[in-house]
Amino acid sequence: MEFFKYTRTFNFMGRSKFAMIISVVLVLASYALLATKGLNYGVDFAGGTIVQVKYTTDAPIDKMRAKLKSDKIFDGSSISEFGSANEVVIRMKTTTGSVTVDIGDVTREALKGTGEFEIRRVDIVGPKVGNELKEKGLMSLVLAVFGILIYVAFRFEWRFAVASIVALVHDVSIALGAITLVGLDVNLDVLAALLTILGYSLNDTIIVFDRIREGVTNGRNNELANIIDESITRTLARTTLTSLTTFFVVFTLFMFGGEIIHAFAFTLLVGIVVGTYSSIFVASPILLAFGFDVKNYHIKLAEKAKREAEKQRMRDQFESGVM
Amino acid sequence: MKLNYRIVIFGIAIVFGLFFSAPSFLQMEGGKKVTLGLDLQGGLHMLLGVKTAEAVKSRVKSITASIKHFGERNDILIDSLKFDESSISFTLLDADDTKAIEGYLAEIKGLIVSVEGENFSVSLSKEEVVRTEKQAISQAIETIRNRLDQFGLAEPIVARQGEEKILVELAGIKTQKEEQRARELISRAAKLELMAVDEDRAARVNRMSAADAAEYGDVILEDVKSPNIKYLVREIPILDGTMLTDAHVGFDQNNRPLINFTLNAEGAEIFGDFTGKSVGKRLAVVLDGKVYSAPNINERIGGGSGQISGNYTVMEAKDLSIALRSGSLLAPIYLMEKRSVGPSLGADSIKASMIALIGGFVLVIIFMVIYYRLAGIIANIALVANLFIILAVMSLFGATLTLPGMAGIVLTVGMAVDANVIISERIRELIYQGVSIHKAIEDGYSNAMRAILDANITTLIAAVVLYAYGTGAIKGFAITISIGILASMLTAILGTHGIYQMLENRIKKSKNNLLWFGIKV
Repeated sequence: MEFFKYTRTFNFMGRSKFAMIISVVLVLASYALLATKGLNYGVDFAGGTIVQVKYTTDAPIDKMRAKLKSDKIFDGSSISEFGSANEVVIRMKTTTGSVTVDIGDVTREALKGTGEFEIRRVDIVGPKVGNELKEKGLMSLVLAVFGILIYVAFRFEWRFAVASIVALVHDVSIALGAITLVGLDVNLDVLAALLTILGYSLNDTIIVFDRIREGVTNGRNNELANIIDESITRTLARTTLTSLTTFFVVFTLFMFGGEIIHAFAFTLLVGIVVGTYSSIFVASPILLAFGFDVKNYHIKLAEKAKREAEKQRMRDQFESGVM
Repeated sequence: MKLNYRIVIFGIAIVFGLFFSAPSFLQMEGGKKVTLGLDLQGGLHMLLGVKTAEAVKSRVKSITASIKHFGERNDILIDSLKFDESSISFTLLDADDTKAIEGYLAEIKGLIVSVEGENFSVSLSKEEVVRTEKQAISQAIETIRNRLDQFGLAEPIVARQGEEKILVELAGIKTQKEEQRARELISRAAKLELMAVDEDRAARVNRMSAADAAEYGDVILEDVKSPNIKYLVREIPILDGTMLTDAHVGFDQNNRPLINFTLNAEGAEIFGDFTGKSVGKRLAVVLDGKVYSAPNINERIGGGSGQISGNYTVMEAKDLSIALRSGSLLAPIYLMEKRSVGPSLGADSIKASMIALIGGFVLVIIFMVIYYRLAGIIANIALVANLFIILAVMSLFGATLTLPGMAGIVLTVGMAVDANVIISERIRELIYQGVSIHKAIEDGYSNAMRAILDANITTLIAAVVLYAYGTGAIKGFAITISIGILASMLTAILGTHGIYQMLENRIKKSKNNLLWFGIKV
């Protein structure tokens, strides 16, 4: 079976303007969403308390609300369904510092008489820890981007590095926009998903860039746009295939992985789609826009080869005792 | 068919993978197994902070007690001995004693002493405060570890995290009661103090306020059983739990549990001295600010042992003696972060992620076979080997498998085929160009190599950063992803290449590119 039989080169760069408009609109929309609606930080970053309760029948949310009113500790708490009708989480902005008095026990007492239930999870993140996690999270994103930037610059060329970073920022921005749009709780797992998107999207970009590098080095073709188009076309089958297999597994994770992994899987789903798109329609056009001069590169390569040859000649002469 | 070094290494890797992952897969007794994270097996994770200011305060208090004792032993009359958060003040009645008390204070490390005539003011130096705070944290870690070791749970983890946080992880806590017990044992100060009842004013205790009591250098403490019963005791304790060497559960005449404790030599001496001159008065046994008993002193008590009776169950007495034995917490601890997962939720998470793993795996395998035919099967062999190797490496190093870690394995399945996809595409390309099968395979691999390396290394960079900065369960994701990437490079670059080399002659003979590579040429 074959998705794309290579018969001719598709004109990707010719249509890149159209793609650019879509990208800019999506990114701007994401930022607008982030600015207006804002990210919905979960307990990991905002601090707070989560109590997950599972009932043997449908959770009597109204009854629970009424019961929780009896204790001041639950002031400002919210109850929402979690994955199924018989499972709920109670969210609180407050935390208790006491080791002996447990909010899980307090909840168990308060909910007495609402039916048969089990407290399955209690997460308490104090404000200090929350802030630390936030700092660390941001730091890890920045560090990962920097590490990648340096590596790509080292293996390719600085223009490749910058183009891939722009694509990464594009992907993460849109993923964040999607998270905001859906109103997901941003916790550590979402951060992990974002970092995975960094790695994944770059993966795609590098496969294309590798072809471009190959085309630039070996090719007789001096037109960068043509090289890029050919490289993208030749890697199109691979890009599609890998994106599909990854999409399959993440989609099963999204469908069957359970509620706890939901936000993580959602973020990855968005990331895979956007990451695949960006490696073709964002990274490459930017490389083109930077005006990577193929002719100049060829001359440089030739000079380098000449120098090497000259060095080798000198060495040979030295070894054979001429000098 | 011929053997080559690649296929040999691949074979060894598969055997390694099967051998070391077997204990985890088959749930065998013994053998190194993958540890399940708290989110998968259920358990309690806590980050604790230490209120270090309290440690400084109690250090000041204990220095005050020793000054008092020194004065009493050496017939030095000390007046208005007082202490607050960070300093001690007192006045000598006889100026001739100045030298002696100065000498004594000089022996205690880290004090700043200023003297004006007979008025002394003593405070802790800055370094001493820092040292005391630091010590409070390491002592808390040590103490909590000791207590949990005796609690009877398998492999409790107590470790310092950062400068001032204590990480406590208890796997396998099954019931809410157990968790409660563990939390109480951890947080119990277990501060034992033996204090003298102020017999001169004890009768008036119910009419006194805390401020009144403070004026006489007393404090009012409640009885542990009935808060209505109050005791007026001297604020400066006779001695405290630091001089305790042993505590264990015993029983009284009525077969009720009590705790027998033994003091060290210094404590025994102080205790003997005090009881000797306080016959007829009462001694309050105070634990964590509550009076457990206040027996009459009938005679001088030498030998340095005593009892704490209280209305507790055997279990409580046992936990209390553990707490006393492993030492008191110099400073109270508080909760900074807590994550507790019930075993049923953990089991659900395992089930859900297994379904996702198997589902995703089967989809990918079928897809690869449809798309690449035999080349797809070869890629699938690598994929299966990859899974075993991930599990084997994790078992071998005792790595923890968390829920995000499971997600990482699922994701690896999707990404691990990537290397083989890249290679297969390259081989197809070369076959289209009409080169020989041998050349197509060899060049296909060498052409794909650079891209595979670069792509995987950048993903690895992100994973390493995630490991360094992630916490708890997220670290598990970074681990599985990293191992998965490395394993996929081994299986794809070495493994499948070896298989192709081994089958090369067959492929040449069959001349059926549709069967082998899924293309018609």
